Amino acid sequence: MALTGVQIFKLLPKTNCKKCGFPTCLAFAMKLAQGGVELSACPDVSEEAKQSLGEASAPPIRAFTLGTGEKAVKIGGETVLFRHEKKFVNPCALAVNIKDDLGEEEIADIATEVANSEIDRVGQKLRVDAISIEYASNDSAKYEAVVKLAAEKAPEAAIILNCKDAAAAEAAVKAIAGRKPLIYCATGENAEAMANIAKANSVPLAACADGPEALSALTEKIKGLGVEDIVLDSGAKTAGEIIQHNTQIRRSALKKNFKPLGYPIINFVLRDDPVYEASIASVAIAKYSSIVVLSSIEKWKNVALFTLRQNLYTDPQVPMQVEQKVYDIGEATADSPLMITTNFSLTYFIVSGEIENSKVPSRLAVMDCEGLSVLTAWAAGKFTASKIAQFIKESGIESQVSHKELILPGQVAILSGSLEDKLEGWKVTVGPREANAIPTFLKGRAA
Amino acid sequence: MPYVVPKESFNGKVLSLDFGKGDKAVSIGGENTLPFLSFEGEVPNRPVIACEIQDCPPDDWPDTVRNVYKDVSGDPVTWARYCQDELKAKAIALRLVSTHPDRGDSPAEDAAKTIKDVLAAIDVPLIILGSNHMEKDADVLVAAAGAASGYNCIIGKAQEGNYKTIVAAALAHNHKLIAMSELDINLAKQLNILITQMGFDKEKLITDPMCSGLGYGLEYTYSVMERIRLAGLAQNDPTMQPPILGDVGMYVWKVKETVASESDVPDWGSLEERSIAWETITATSMLLAGTNLLIMRHPAAIGNVEKTIDELV
Repeated sequence: MALTGVQIFKLLPKTNCKKCGFPTCLAFAMKLAQGGVELSACPDVSEEAKQSLGEASAPPIRAFTLGTGEKAVKIGGETVLFRHEKKFVNPCALAVNIKDDLGEEEIADIATEVANSEIDRVGQKLRVDAISIEYASNDSAKYEAVVKLAAEKAPEAAIILNCKDAAAAEAAVKAIAGRKPLIYCATGENAEAMANIAKANSVPLAACADGPEALSALTEKIKGLGVEDIVLDSGAKTAGEIIQHNTQIRRSALKKNFKPLGYPIINFVLRDDPVYEASIASVAIAKYSSIVVLSSIEKWKNVALFTLRQNLYTDPQVPMQVEQKVYDIGEATADSPLMITTNFSLTYFIVSGEIENSKVPSRLAVMDCEGLSVLTAWAAGKFTASKIAQFIKESGIESQVSHKELILPGQVAILSGSLEDKLEGWKVTVGPREANAIPTFLKGRAA
Repeated sequence: MPYVVPKESFNGKVLSLDFGKGDKAVSIGGENTLPFLSFEGEVPNRPVIACEIQDCPPDDWPDTVRNVYKDVSGDPVTWARYCQDELKAKAIALRLVSTHPDRGDSPAEDAAKTIKDVLAAIDVPLIILGSNHMEKDADVLVAAAGAASGYNCIIGKAQEGNYKTIVAAALAHNHKLIAMSELDINLAKQLNILITQMGFDKEKLITDPMCSGLGYGLEYTYSVMERIRLAGLAQNDPTMQPPILGDVGMYVWKVKETVASESDVPDWGSLEERSIAWETITATSMLLAGTNLLIMRHPAAIGNVEKTIDELV
């Protein structure tokens, strides 16, 4: 039964020592009640409290880290079914599956691609997080060598040992024990042996069964054998199975506090056609998967899937922002038109996209308005004549343009007069109200 | 601890609607659960993808998708036939781009003639879209509704600023109607109420909460759609129960990721596959959020999404 923050607070030391990272014990208790933090963050909690809080304080979906080092990924810990309710917390890991009989050179190449997969999008560094190495050769010495090779070529990636043979898995785990690989997977047949390996080496273990019900029995067994960090595979292969099983698993964990399914999910979405595979991967990304395993990681596929993951894991209450500065769009020169807008990422994307569509090289001054759109920022007093004037002056753009003309979004045409007063020597032109009119507007001026 | 399948049952239901006529007519909507959760409810109709064409050559479409249609896009009738006969499109969406004041400003009578010609040449259902110019659409769509009288088309888009005349025309000629608002559940609800207050049957309405491309606000569309679905199902709000449209193609085939070549942005890889994936993933995401009807451009993207739907239903 879930406890309230106040009930939890009564069991805490009440010293407000801040060691847990929260300013007071009450704040910590409140966060604990929401499942946003674990009891172990409190170093001084009594044994008695641990016992009483125990299961009740554990988050409904267990969170743990995949891999080690700076680029390790935290998975699980989700608290809602729909992203408009609250932020999806830990973006799913993307992994590529490699068969161990592929040939050394190709394996090294793919691992290197993983190591070099990082790209930047809207200020976030995004990458392929993990490599799954499949035991296809039936030769455990070969498997161990390939695992080592991949781990070495992708030194920061998490490793998934895709191997149902306990002896081969054990040898591979030991070979890269420092990397904290995920063992995939325990089944009805090998559960005991796999659980013992996972426990002895302190690594997470995936459980694989046919459907959520059989899976819940299997995770209970594994947990009984002492493994805490478990990943779920319900055997879902089709997009329909993925959305239905994953929904059932997340609902069970969140709405019924059903512990046997309170773990992150792994989905293999392998398909022959890579674009089609990207489509199935998007089902897994949107619908509650914590590890999505792909058969290939072409650059174009990565950027598309990274973007989807980033979009869906964005905090719905905090607008995405872009950096405040003057952006050159196209081959802008001192004569190019200068437009201004706010730093709400969507505003920036749409406005810059339409400027690009116009094929008229331009400069776009993006002003920090705490991520609000033009009209909202104006209404909130963050996009006012004096603030715009100050931003333009401080940006130093004046020395980089041959003209002194600023194009203002049509939505805030009302500011043009006062802005001209405050920006001495500048001409303020009112641009279109909607971004889709920008190409016509710019082309008309250029003609 | 025994496992119990966590089923939810909803009081509300998505309205179902058909468009087109004869044995090529298609139905959408009708589910009484969230998208594709057939373990707990009825999902009688699969989502439908309409193939987008326009009444003038698609000069503003990026090469990857424009080249697919280069031999047929000079004439909307040829283009429509190609989509129906070669691509096996289940529906066609004709966008009357040339009526836009900035794109040729062709008169409503020309649009009406184009529609008559296209309808005479195909037997799959037709969606007729204006150029998204508030004033001009009010003229064009009225003429379009008349030209398509008796064909049970979908026409749109009616927006807050022009819905009255368009609703009246859809009503008079017995068409289905797209009501479009801009990424706000309350605006979507309000427009549906205004339209039904004119005597337009809510069972003939389609909600377009405005689409957005992957990376360009997709999460806003996604969440607005999910909230509309939840309002219609869980709260049984009748104004939030019409099927949802995802007008994917036009929002995807203009973003940088569908235009920039690999030599410009080496980190993004092949343009061809990237842009097709961009439309595919945007469309698949819309389906997961509750879309019943998609409008798309690239045949390969349509093929991928059809295959995904095969797996989902």
